Amino acid sequence: MSAVAAKITPNTIAEHGLTSEEYDLILEIMGREPSMTELGIFSVMWSEHCSYKSSRVHLKKLPTKAPWVIQGPGENAGVIDIGDGQAAIFKMESHNHPSFIEPYQGAATGVGGIMRDVFTMGARPIANLNALRFGAPDDPKTKHLVSGVVAGIGGYGNCMGVPTVGGEVNFHPSYNGNILVNAMTVGLADTDKIFYSAAAGLGNPVIYVGAKTGRDGIHGATMASAEFNEDSEEKRPTVQVGDPFTEKLLLEACLELMATDAIVAIQDMGAAGLTSSSVEMSSKGGLGLELDLDKVPVRETGMTAYEIMLSESQERMLMVLKPQAMAQARAIFEKWELDFAEIGVLTDTGHLVLKKNGKVEADMPVAPLVDKAPVYQRPWVPTPPQPVITANQVPAPQDLMAVLKQLVAAPDLASKRWVWEQYDHLVMGHTVQRPGGDAAVVLIPAGKGGAVGKKALAMSSDCTPRYCQADPKTGGAQAVAESWRNLTAVGARPLAVTDNMNFGNPQRPEIMGQFALAIEGMAEACIALDYPVVSGNVSLYNETNGKGILPTPTIGGVGVIADVTKSPKVAFKSAGDSIYLIGETAGWLGCSVFLREIHGREEGAPPPVDLAAERRNGDFVRNLIERGLITACHDVSDGGTLVALAEMAMASGIGADLLARPKESPDHAFWFGEDQARYVLTVRQADVAVLELQAKEIGIAFRYLGKTGGTDLTLAGAGAISVSELKSAHEAFFPKLMGASK
Amino acid sequence: MKSAIVVFPGSNREKDAEAALTEITGTPPVMVWHRDTELPKVDLVLVPGGFSYGDYLRCGAIAAHSPILREVKARADQGMAVLGICNGFQIITEAGLLPGVLQQNAGLKFVCRNVNLRVETSQSLFTSRYEKGQVLSIPVAHHEGNYYADEKTLDELESRDQVAFRYCAPDGSLDPSHNPNGSQRAIAGVFNRTKNVLGLMPHPENAIRELLGSTDGRGLFKAMAEALAA
Repeated sequence: MSAVAAKITPNTIAEHGLTSEEYDLILEIMGREPSMTELGIFSVMWSEHCSYKSSRVHLKKLPTKAPWVIQGPGENAGVIDIGDGQAAIFKMESHNHPSFIEPYQGAATGVGGIMRDVFTMGARPIANLNALRFGAPDDPKTKHLVSGVVAGIGGYGNCMGVPTVGGEVNFHPSYNGNILVNAMTVGLADTDKIFYSAAAGLGNPVIYVGAKTGRDGIHGATMASAEFNEDSEEKRPTVQVGDPFTEKLLLEACLELMATDAIVAIQDMGAAGLTSSSVEMSSKGGLGLELDLDKVPVRETGMTAYEIMLSESQERMLMVLKPQAMAQARAIFEKWELDFAEIGVLTDTGHLVLKKNGKVEADMPVAPLVDKAPVYQRPWVPTPPQPVITANQVPAPQDLMAVLKQLVAAPDLASKRWVWEQYDHLVMGHTVQRPGGDAAVVLIPAGKGGAVGKKALAMSSDCTPRYCQADPKTGGAQAVAESWRNLTAVGARPLAVTDNMNFGNPQRPEIMGQFALAIEGMAEACIALDYPVVSGNVSLYNETNGKGILPTPTIGGVGVIADVTKSPKVAFKSAGDSIYLIGETAGWLGCSVFLREIHGREEGAPPPVDLAAERRNGDFVRNLIERGLITACHDVSDGGTLVALAEMAMASGIGADLLARPKESPDHAFWFGEDQARYVLTVRQADVAVLELQAKEIGIAFRYLGKTGGTDLTLAGAGAISVSELKSAHEAFFPKLMGASK
Repeated sequence: MKSAIVVFPGSNREKDAEAALTEITGTPPVMVWHRDTELPKVDLVLVPGGFSYGDYLRCGAIAAHSPILREVKARADQGMAVLGICNGFQIITEAGLLPGVLQQNAGLKFVCRNVNLRVETSQSLFTSRYEKGQVLSIPVAHHEGNYYADEKTLDELESRDQVAFRYCAPDGSLDPSHNPNGSQRAIAGVFNRTKNVLGLMPHPENAIRELLGSTDGRGLFKAMAEALAA
């Protein structure tokens, strides 16, 4: 596509994903017909991916402030104060479309992109998580996609030397044609050394560092803003190619430079590459920016201005430096053998001016390009309410233990060991809770420059898409509540979340309804739990041939643990401990894994979320943990209480003797119901009285379930199953699906 | 004991090794950049794990030809202790300090998990704090850890007591299902003839805290500190 000769036709406009009304707005802003390069820049900046044009009005409803929030949404990542002069910087972002087209590179560059977002702000990444959602296990593409995505995530993260410590993997036919790959990075910085993207200082140099620019990923952001169809495979050239080695060098070079005071502003080149980074920097700083594109390091000859501006080549950064620090900065990048090019200057024109071969290829006002970006109040309709399913509408199982075995072997509940053993989850030497727990736990230094001791960060990723499908508002609230609960279960104080909103086509009112209502539910939960949203990403148009995915608002939560030696694990710690269930059990079977896996029914209203109970029960559990009274703890979620107990037994090899359920509650409802705000925990015999007394005093519902011990899980009146038999079933799914020998 | 860690572009466990050496030997190591041509006066050089030069060409192949490795090799020939962990094992093997090669894992996938390691000899400056036959729990994290050498070389290694560690079952028996990468004769670590050079795939530097799952790696650092005390 040449910037010189091409003529803009209605067809060109449509190819750029712009409507005729949007093009009219461009004409109004420019006061003339745009050049092809200018049209390309409008196209990516106004894409759904970059402009949030359909989601913006709803996202505003999310709470984003708290005394510990240093930076909320709007920067490369969110920043929270974790005490002792330290900040956690984190964000989650999707790379769904590229990962479906080219799973290895799509997932790898998703991981690379999110790590860049975090170290751009001055943080060293200390943990990666990822939430993956694939189609049905028997869909012909699933195995290939799982294999490629997992290898890609490992390939990038392992080389970067950042441990991949947690995440989720789920399967559902609604993702057959549109998988979800949501990657999250958490970094650590000093609160007085955080870097932002607003350009400042008229005349300051604009510096390009990192990898060279090629023709890969042109229009990636636009692709991510459209639905898929049978021809999606043809979009492979729009997928970027990652080089984790270059990014590792870029990380070390940037952190080395950040230790000096050379940097005025810094922005990574992610979606829409040089276009969005230069526009972001100049619009936030209220300055103009002039770039000489002949100075951009390129790896191919004959690249046009259009191609250079729209390339999504990876591992690149744009910086504004103090002029007097140029030599020092150049020396650092030369040490790390990376390109360092002065490509432009900050101006007072308020315009983005691009020159190539001495010719002006674009000259456009930055403020309206950003401020006048279209915002849509898309029409939406609420999701029709689903009926409440009572226990007597679901047949009771004959053999509870056989059902349990079937559940722990089901794709969504089966062990994910096959996945996370391909990720280096130990590099950096600080991983306390490895993958497989409620939340990942990673040691951090006790304050700036301090030694690693007892302070730790806890992180998790959560969403129950089937609840969101049945009732988006409850589902949105539940995702936040479960995230908060998972962090609480390891003894952390949950501080803030990042959200990754994965939905279908926003131009369909029922999809927009899912989005609007999920946000409402999330907002309510975030407010009730003092758990603000500090960063996030919206991925719409997750559909193929007009069929949307389950609505999936993935929540990435971060909390802090003061004394990690008291943080319990899921595994039963020793025989003879007393097991308690905390929280009310009504026996909610609607939307449960039990209903789906055992009866093949995906139906009913999801369990209600009582945020006051969630908070009360969680604060109670955390207090006991902080006092060192809890020996093992697990939140109750998918599969209900008996599955939670089985997971605790399988993680330790220790069994349990369980009392029969209460008379008023049928077996399947009590053991497999998915009522919220519940935990299973164990205490030493000596601490039983303290727990019961305290629970009664503050009105916490609890129930004594039995004792740990032996090698079987025994349930009074229902028989027994050996923990090793459960574990074999639990471990079998992934190796069988992927055809691995072990 | 004075030590140094060689840092290549792409090294990523140099800080883990630095922390282990500092904590257990009491003296922080000197970090040496790959372009340096001289080593400081030290008793031990540690070549750390990671993806030196992005694993391009072949793991360890480019690093083996870096200026600093020539110096490491020269000093090793004079008897200085050298410890290569994971990518460091690949590098010093490529550089000819140790026999054999590290191939892609038999399972063709990256593998990160704690493995059981059987100590094959306590007769070395690296393993003197362990008992022969002792089983350690230490993590591996690699994609190319499948040790290969021809039968004659393997026989020689065995007869000269140059096998340091083998992958084993929890009870110490050798069992293919406990070999994470398909290594010949389950070999996880080997010495050179004079036993002043050790290369191993597992990460003892990630097994120094109970909180993090194991302290079985401490013995290796303690042994070095004792043997190389000034």
